[in-house]
Formats: sequence, structure tokens, C-alpha cells
Amino acid sequence: MALGLYSYWVVIVLMMAGFYIVIASSNLIKKIAGLNIFQGSVFIFYISLGKVEDGTAPILASGYESYSNPLPHVLILTAIVVGVATTALAVALVARIHDAYGTIEEDDIHGQDESL
Amino acid sequence: MIEHPVYLLLLTLLAVTALAMVRLRNTLAVIMLSGIYSLLVAGLFVMMDAVDVAFTEAAVGAGISTVLMVATLALTTRESRIPTHRPLLPLAVVMLTGGALIWGTLDMPHYGDPEAPVHQHVGIRYLNSYDEIGVPNVVTSVLASYRGFDTLGETAVVFTAAVGVLIILRGWQRRRRRRQAVRERT
Repeated sequence: MALGLYSYWVVIVLMMAGFYIVIASSNLIKKIAGLNIFQGSVFIFYISLGKVEDGTAPILASGYESYSNPLPHVLILTAIVVGVATTALAVALVARIHDAYGTIEEDDIHGQDESL
Repeated sequence: MIEHPVYLLLLTLLAVTALAMVRLRNTLAVIMLSGIYSLLVAGLFVMMDAVDVAFTEAAVGAGISTVLMVATLALTTRESRIPTHRPLLPLAVVMLTGGALIWGTLDMPHYGDPEAPVHQHVGIRYLNSYDEIGVPNVVTSVLASYRGFDTLGETAVVFTAAVGVLIILRGWQRRRRRRQAVRERT
């Protein structure tokens, strides 16, 4: 019975791990990795909602009656591609920040801005 | 039983990977674990019948994302310092949010429940789409036909991101050469 909610609980653990990295870590690359963890947990949440017991992948074929819900799959397919686009933009910004400040530690960047 | 042992193992491994990423300071190791995380997510998607999503995640999430981040590491620096401030406040925020979310899951439909609200509406309509679209893969027919404008919007987002990256990184070589010239003069 308790196992029925296990996927949601793991999703929440992953989401909070990503959230913690984003707010507690000072390194910008690690922050982006944390954002990716958070994103992945949302994907798992959506896909786990689409699963139907004894269902199969939503590719119509004779001999199969029950299929999992295809709508979450479509939404997450779009989200994965958009996620990589935003990751690319984020890492480009990090590279540019390193070019301008010589560091990718948030504290150092803040310190340099303060001392101006 | 719907909770296959492989499914439980993959979920547990995901949690372990994410917690290891929280603890690690070496940025290269964090990026490698993030690639492993994506691959585990792809495996989990196969267990959950989302085969199209699984190979997109394996190619794009585990592949391209990891390459992008390793490339950034090559352009910047690999060192990550020990944080100076104590992580008590972030920890409290995370615990509070996580507790509230877990409380929120308690009345949710169980994994694989065919009676769940999500399966009662438009999903059934899509599964009877063969006569209209003629493609056996329902995900493809929804992506390219029923939600075609959504996919068009997605390409617009990817294009915008590509333009953004090009604008941000423009003049990279020139700036680097100028700085080298200044260093040689001094």
C-alpha cells in the first residue's frame, strides 16, 4: 500500500536535493547541475502519473488492450528539449561571467561588485 | 504486482545519486553524476512505458547536457571552494518545503491506478486516434498533429536560446587576444 506513493516521495527527495544545491551552493556550475536535478524530478512526476497498471507503451498494435496515457509523454518530450536549450543559455552565461570576473564562485562575484 | 523490483531499485539509485551530488565539491564529479542521473531517469521512463521520452532523455539529457557542461568546465575553472556561510537556513527551507509536499501526496492516486483522474479525459480520445491520423505511435500523432502548435512553439524557444548563446559568446576570441596582448606588454 505504502509503495503506491513511493515514486512521489523519491520525486520530492530529488526535488529538494536540487533545490538545496541551487540555494546553498556557491559554485555556478554546480547550481546548474542542481537545476537539472530539479527538472528531472518534475519529469519523473509527470511520467509516473501517466502509467496505467498492466498497460503498455502507447504504440497501437493488435493484441494489446490497455495503454499508458500518452499526454504526459508528449508534454515531457517538449520539456526535455526546452530544458537543454535553457541549460545551454545558462552555461554560456557562466562562461561569460568567468570571462568578466575571473571566477564562478557567487561569493567572489558579489565581493568584486561590492568593492567597486 | 506493479511495483517491479527494477523500478524500485532505479528510484532508490536516483535518490542516492542526487544526495551524492549535494555532498561533492569536485565540479567534474558533479557533472559526471548528473549524466548518470539522466541515464537512470531514462531507464525509469522505460519502466513507466514512456519509450519515446526515454530515448530523448538518454540522447539529449545524458548526452548533450553533459557535453555542454564539460565544455563550460574547460572554458572556466574546475575548482570549487568550501562555502563560508553555514547551510542552516537553506536546510530549514528545504525540509519545510519537502515536508509540505509529502503531506500533499498522501491523498493522491497510487502509481498505476487506472481510475486516476488523469486517465479519464483527453487521454482516451488520443488512444483512438488511429483512424484520424493513421500513425500507430500515439505520442507521435499527438506531438505532430493534435499539439502541433506546441511543437512549433518549442522550436521557437530552441531558436531563441541558440541566438542568445551566440550573442552572449560573441567577441570571445577578440577579448581573449586583447587580454593576452595587455599581459605581454606588462
